[in-house]
Amino acid sequence: MTRAEPLLQIENLQVSFFLPGVEVPAVRGLDLVVGAGETVGLVGESGCGKSVTALSVLGLVGDPGRVKAGSIRLGGRELVGLAPRELRAVRGRQVGMVFQEPMTSLNPVFTVGYQLAEALTTHFDLSRQEVRDRCVGLLREVGIPAPEDRLGAYPAQLSGGLRQRVMIAMAVACRPRLLLADEPTTALDVTIQAQIMGLLARLRRELGMAVLLITHDLGLVAQNVGRVVVMYAGHAVEEAATADLFAEPLHPYTRGLLGSIPGAPGTRPGDRLRAIPGNVPHPTRVPSGCPFRDRCDLAVDACADTLPELEPKRPGHRARCLRVDRRV
Amino acid sequence: MFELEAVTRHYAVRQGPFRTRAVLRAVDGVDLAVHAGETLSLVGESGCGKSTLARLVLRLERPTSGRVRYRGQDLWEMDRDAVRRFRREVQMVFQDPYASLNPRMRVAQIVGEGLAIHGLARGAERDARVRELLEQVGLPPEAAGAYPHEFSGGQRQRVGIARALAVEPRVVVADEPVSALDVSVQAQILNLLQGLREDRGLTYLFISHDLRVVEHISDRVAVMYLGRLVELAPAADLFREPLHPYTRALLDAVPVPDPDRRREPRVLEGDVPSPIAPPPGCPFHPRCPDRFEPCDHRVPELRPTGTARAVACHRCG
Repeated sequence: MTRAEPLLQIENLQVSFFLPGVEVPAVRGLDLVVGAGETVGLVGESGCGKSVTALSVLGLVGDPGRVKAGSIRLGGRELVGLAPRELRAVRGRQVGMVFQEPMTSLNPVFTVGYQLAEALTTHFDLSRQEVRDRCVGLLREVGIPAPEDRLGAYPAQLSGGLRQRVMIAMAVACRPRLLLADEPTTALDVTIQAQIMGLLARLRRELGMAVLLITHDLGLVAQNVGRVVVMYAGHAVEEAATADLFAEPLHPYTRGLLGSIPGAPGTRPGDRLRAIPGNVPHPTRVPSGCPFRDRCDLAVDACADTLPELEPKRPGHRARCLRVDRRV
Repeated sequence: MFELEAVTRHYAVRQGPFRTRAVLRAVDGVDLAVHAGETLSLVGESGCGKSTLARLVLRLERPTSGRVRYRGQDLWEMDRDAVRRFRREVQMVFQDPYASLNPRMRVAQIVGEGLAIHGLARGAERDARVRELLEQVGLPPEAAGAYPHEFSGGQRQRVGIARALAVEPRVVVADEPVSALDVSVQAQILNLLQGLREDRGLTYLFISHDLRVVEHISDRVAVMYLGRLVELAPAADLFREPLHPYTRALLDAVPVPDPDRRREPRVLEGDVPSPIAPPPGCPFHPRCPDRFEPCDHRVPELRPTGTARAVACHRCG
């Protein structure tokens, strides 16, 4: 962790969706820190709140969702409560974002060049020629062959991998200090996934960006990030350096997740997987106390009483579980 | 159990600004045998023809040329009774548990429908069978009276599996049965499929793009690229020593969930070419790091190498 002010500091973030007569909490008090130039993985299953967290950073949680409490500071500046105008100046300029599905996040009726130019001219005052040169340079930077010819292409004329490269070019157009990548390769085939992850790693090195990688894929986490935060039902349940998390997962949920994927350390082909029983709870039916207790094989009565703190259990390794002993 | 002999499935498509006719070669000359009791996985990236191959095996598509035989009988030369028997003995589990269950039917009807159609059980006996099946797939008996929307994705997939098992099939064709599920639930379903296979001696034809899942559950693996089989091998051999350059690239690209085995994968260049205009020669040669003289004009045959393996590559064997 960084000693100075971290690039992104999220404290006690609470986001809820207010449906008629019912509040659906998506994020229930998340703390997250991303240092300058750091890569952090945010891992969890569907509905755990990982994507809503990313949208909150960009001020993109729309009605009926609302950031209920907490603070999101980027380079020391509070983002929660900023006016839409001020947020637009942050979005794209200081924080870039790559979404899962490049087909739906690019506008189908505008050319690649137009959309890329828009990303630049929103934040910079540039001449036509400068915009064009920079767009060609960006497409080249993300490895798109014949970039001059691609400026006039529409998203539908590109393959999924190329579309995701265009998304990445837009996200890094203004040289943001932080890139949020929400399942950036989930819609892609595995060989294309490898290309895109390689591209993200190269850009991160060359541009010195920090990356928050949001994913359900522990393989991507193991291969690509330095530190991991595991989310379950709107809470961070474990946080550690990647090597420590995989070497000694502490929270029973993390252990369950690792046991569930074929090919994790300690699993052999053909063995039964150590699956977690039950299902991810609906956000309105999360149990009291520890949110994982009804699926946990270590749960005791005390787990129902209070939500455990996310506390240090090993040096640099925090977990939110009563049953894990503290050795720090 | 199944024998595929030079099976092709082409589709006539119209494309481009002038709607010109073209032929999409979804499956292009596949020879393959599925043995009784094994789990054979078809792997490959989107558009490689693996789902079309499954549909050919299920007699949902008629081959453009070549033959598909089930227990020695050509699927398209069967009489009505034989087709009916085939429909009972070969069942399917679909990818999307949200789209493959009728939302207006209760679970008891969904699972019991096959029993009714094939006249296997009726009345109280059918209800009892349904309860037994639900129990086998890990659902409570009350599930029988519920509608699909009342269940999570994993539970729906269990209903889909119970439906497939109801008619006592010999073969289950499963097209991406766990890809729509969360990791923790995916493991439950994989365990269930494995347990059922052991209890009932089922043969699985498993279609997946997830190589970690495939390594975990398969006896043999067939790798497809642009409508052709490029490699066929026992799973353990394939994952230990992939022979075809495409298989190697595919395995290399899978992120290993172990930070101690971090590596820079040898990344394949470019995209999969269109099956409408496949490259001449070996379909993989434009992306292949090992291509040499014959690759761009001669199609490599799938040739046996060693005891139980086969590979279609000019570099191998």
